[in-house]
Amino acid sequence: MATADVRQKLFGHADQNNFLNCSSGFKSWAFTLDHKRIGIMYLIGVTAALFLAGFFALWLRVHLWTHGTNLDPEAAMEGFGRVSDVAYNKLFTLHGAIMVFAFIIPSIPAALGNFVLPMMLGAKDVAFPRLNLASFYLWIFGTGFLITALINGSLDTGWTFYTPYSIQSNTGVIYATFGAFILGFSSIFTGINFLVTINTMRPKGMTWFKMPLFLWSLYATSIIQILATPVLGITLLLLICERVMHIGIFDPVYGGDPVLFQHFFWFYSHPAVYIMILPGMGVISELIAVYSQKKIFGYSFIAFSSVAIALVGFLVWGHHMFTSGQSPVVNVVFSAITFTVAIPSAVKVFNWLGTMYKGSIIFTTPMCYALAFIFLFGIGGLTGLFLAALSTDIHFHDTYFVVAHFHYVMVGGTLTALLGGVFHWWPKMFGRIPNDFMGRIGCLLVFLGFNVTFFPQFVMGARGMPRRYASYDPEFQIFHQWSTVGAFILGGGVLLSAIVLIYSVFKGPRCGGNPYRAASMEWQSSSPPDFHNFAHKPVVNDPYDFDCMVFDDGVDGYVHVDFMDPKQVPEKADPEKVH
Amino acid sequence: MAVADSHADEHHDHDHHDHGEFIAHHFDNAEQQFDSGKLGIWVFLVTEVLFFSGLFVAYILYRNHHPEIFEQAHVFLDKWLGGVNTVVLLFSSLTMALAVRAAQLGKNKQVALMVLITMVCAAVFLGVKAVEYSHKWDMGILVRSAFDAPTLAAALNDGVHPEPTVILGLKFSKWLVTLSIVPAVLLVAFLIASGVAKGMNKDIMSKFMACMAITVGGYFIGLLGGYFYQEMTADSHGSHAMVTPADQDGPMVLYALTQDEDHDEKAHAEEEGHEHEHGEDDDHDHAEGAHAEGEHDHGHEHGSSHGPKVDPADYNRDIGIFFSIYYCMTGLHAIHIIGGIAALAWILYRSLAGHWREDYFGPVDYVGLYWHLVDLIWIYLFPMLYLID
Repeated sequence: MATADVRQKLFGHADQNNFLNCSSGFKSWAFTLDHKRIGIMYLIGVTAALFLAGFFALWLRVHLWTHGTNLDPEAAMEGFGRVSDVAYNKLFTLHGAIMVFAFIIPSIPAALGNFVLPMMLGAKDVAFPRLNLASFYLWIFGTGFLITALINGSLDTGWTFYTPYSIQSNTGVIYATFGAFILGFSSIFTGINFLVTINTMRPKGMTWFKMPLFLWSLYATSIIQILATPVLGITLLLLICERVMHIGIFDPVYGGDPVLFQHFFWFYSHPAVYIMILPGMGVISELIAVYSQKKIFGYSFIAFSSVAIALVGFLVWGHHMFTSGQSPVVNVVFSAITFTVAIPSAVKVFNWLGTMYKGSIIFTTPMCYALAFIFLFGIGGLTGLFLAALSTDIHFHDTYFVVAHFHYVMVGGTLTALLGGVFHWWPKMFGRIPNDFMGRIGCLLVFLGFNVTFFPQFVMGARGMPRRYASYDPEFQIFHQWSTVGAFILGGGVLLSAIVLIYSVFKGPRCGGNPYRAASMEWQSSSPPDFHNFAHKPVVNDPYDFDCMVFDDGVDGYVHVDFMDPKQVPEKADPEKVH
Repeated sequence: MAVADSHADEHHDHDHHDHGEFIAHHFDNAEQQFDSGKLGIWVFLVTEVLFFSGLFVAYILYRNHHPEIFEQAHVFLDKWLGGVNTVVLLFSSLTMALAVRAAQLGKNKQVALMVLITMVCAAVFLGVKAVEYSHKWDMGILVRSAFDAPTLAAALNDGVHPEPTVILGLKFSKWLVTLSIVPAVLLVAFLIASGVAKGMNKDIMSKFMACMAITVGGYFIGLLGGYFYQEMTADSHGSHAMVTPADQDGPMVLYALTQDEDHDEKAHAEEEGHEHEHGEDDDHDHAEGAHAEGEHDHGHEHGSSHGPKVDPADYNRDIGIFFSIYYCMTGLHAIHIIGGIAALAWILYRSLAGHWREDYFGPVDYVGLYWHLVDLIWIYLFPMLYLID
C-alpha cells in the first residue's frame, strides 16, 4: 500500500524528524503546546519530586534504625542520621506532602497520560493544549511553593494539614497549603483536558467500548479530579484564611469545628487515593494484555469497574474519621460503603488473571512490574478491609498497619505501575529500547525492597506501633531495622531503573514503531513520533486484537495487517521476536 | 475554557476571515472545536460549583448549629443594597444572553455593546459591594477573630465613625476610599491608553480602552449610588432592616466562650469611656451616625441619650462566624466577578475586532455560560445571607 520509503517514515525509526528534534532550545520546550513534550517535562518533574521525597523517606528510615527517647524535642538524638523529634515531624510531613501532591497525583495521568492519551485516540493533541501547558506551569509553581515551605520554616503538620494544629504550627503551613492549592488546579486542568479530549476527539469508529482501557481509567480519574479537587481548593483556602485572619470556621478557639476540616479534606483526599491508583490500573490493563498477547478478558467489566471505583470513591471519606467522634450510624454506613469498593477492585484483579490464563506471557520488564503490581495491590487492597471494618479499625487506627496498607497501594500500586508504564512506552518516547535484563533486576529490587520495607510494618502496626512517632519501644526495633534495610533496597531499585532508562536514551538499541506487538493506536506511529503524532491517518482497530499485528522486517516492528507490505508473507506470532 | 480558541488572538489584525482561520490545528473541524469548548466550559463550571460547595456546606452546618447567630447577624446586611445588586446582575445576564445571540448572528457591533453593558453592570455591582464592605468595616463588623463588638455597639448607639475622608464636600469612609484607589488608577490609565492608541491610529485598541474606562466608571456609579442611598435612608430614618438586641426576646448571648468574657468586659469598660468622649459632639455624630444603615426601629433620635443603649456584651462575638462566612462567600464571588470582567474584556476586544461569525462564536458562548454561573451563585447567596428570617 505504500512504498518502502514512506513505510519507513510511517512506522520505522524517526531519525530525521520527530517531536524531539523538530525544534530545539529552551523556548521550544518552555512554550511548547505539544502534549508529548509536556508529558516528558512532567515526567522529569515528577521524577525529581520522587527523588526529593524519597530522600526524606530514607532519612527518616535511618533515624528509625535505633530506638530511644529524648526529653528535649529540639535536640537531635545520638546516633548516625538521627534527628530531633521536631525535625522528625518535618521529615515525615515533607515526605508525605511532596510524594502525594507533587509526585503520585500527577505521575501517571500528567506524565504518561499526557504522552499517550492523544496518541491512543489517533489525535494530534489534547483538546486544550494551552490549558495543558498552564497545568504544567501550575505544577511548577505549586511544587515551588512546597519547596519554599521546606526552606522557610519547613512543615510539621503531616501531609493532611489537620486543624487545629495546622492553625497553630509555626512552620510554613501557608506556603505548603498554597502550594497544594495550586497543584490542585494543575490537577483540575489536566482532568478537564482529558475528559473533553476523550469525549470529543475519539476518531470515527472508536466507540466508548472500543477504547483502550487506559483511556477508561484516565476518564474515571478525570471525573474524580474534576469533582473532588475543587473541594480541596476551597478547604485549603479556608485554612489559609483561618491562619491569617482566624475566621472561626475550623479553629475551635474561635467557635469553629476542626472535624469539619477533616470532612472537607477527606472528601477530596479519599477520592484522590483513586486519582493515584486508577491510572495505574489502566496501565496494568494495557501491559497485561500486550505481554500476554491475548485479548483482554472481561473488557467491559474492567471499564465499568474504573467508573464504579470513581463514583463509589466519593461516598467513603468518613472511614478516615471512625475515631473522630462520628455518630455510630454514620460509621456503619461509611464502613459498609467502603467494603463495596473491594468489589470493582477485585473484578479488575480477576480479569487481569483471566487475561494471563493461557496467554503467551512474555516476562519483559513492564510485565514484571505488572505482576508485581497485582501482588502488591492485592495485599494493599485486602489489608484495606481490616481498616474498613469498624472493630479492627479501632485497633489499627493511626498505627504502622495503616502506613503499610497505603504504601502497598500507593507505592506498590502506583509506583510499580508508573515504572512498568514508563518501561513500556519508553521506546515510543525516545525510539530506544532500555536494557531488559537490567530493567528486570531493577524490578526485582523494587519488589523485594518494597516488601522488606513494608511487610514488617503490618506486623508492628498490629502489635501497636503508632505511626508518626520519632521513637519507639525496643520490641519494635527489629521490624524497623528490616524496614530501613528494605527502604534502601527499594531506593536502589528505583535509582537503577532510572539509570537504565536514561542510559538507553543515549546508548540503547533503536527500535521501530511497534517493537512490542501492541495493537493500540499509539504504536502506529514512528518511534519517536512525528511532531503531529502520525504521518498518516491511523487505522482504528481493536486495541486488544493482537492476531492482526504482524512483524514487518522493512520497518523493524509490528504493523497492522492492513499496512503489511503485500510482498511479505505474514508471519505467525513469534514471542521471541519481541525485544 | 476557551483556551483552545485564544490562539485566534494573533489574528486580530485581519479584516476578513477565511474559513477555518480560528480552528486550531488539532481539531478536525469547527464543530468539533465548538463541542470541545462547550463541554470544557461546562465541566469547568462544575468545578466552580464544587469550589463554592465547601462554603455552602460550612454555611449549612453553622446555621444548623447556631441559628441564633444567623438571626442576630443578618440584620447588619442591607437587603435593599443586596436587592439592587441582584437586579443589576440579573440584568447583566440578560445583556449577556443578547450578546451571545448577536454573536451567533455575526453582529459584532451589537455583541460589543451588549458585552459592554454586561461589564458596566458587573462594575456597578462591585461599587455597591465596596460601599457595603467599607460600611461594615467602619462598624467593626469583621471576621470572627477581629469582630469588634464595642465599636459596633458604639456605632449603633452614637453612630461613631472613624474620621471620614472628605472629597468634593462629601464624607467618605476611609475604607471606601482605599478600596477605590485601584479603580481610580485604572480609570485614568484606561483613558490615557485610549488617547495614546488613538494617536497611534490603533482604532480598535482605542475603542477598547475607552470601553474599559466606561466599565470602571460603572464602579463609581455603583459606589455613588450606594453612598447616596445610605445618606438618604439615614436622613429619613426610613424602614431599616436593623434591629437591636433589645428588640429581640430573650438573652442574646446564647453561646459565649469563656476566653471572650474577659475581653468583652474589658471592652465594655473601654467602650464606656468612648461613649463619654463622643457624647460631647452629638451633633457632629448625628450627621455621621446617619451612615449607619443600622438604626433602631424604635425610632429614637440619633445621639440622644434616651432609648435603650446597646451594650457590646449583648453581642455574641460568634456572630463574627456569620461574617466570616459572609466575607468568604461574597469575597470569593467578587473575585469571580473580577475574573468575569477580565474574560468579558477579552470578548469585547474580539468583538471590536469583528471576529464573530455565524459559524464561529464559541468564546462568547463560553464566557456567557461562565457569567450566568457567577450570577446564579449570587442568586443563591442573596437570600442565604440577606433574607434570613
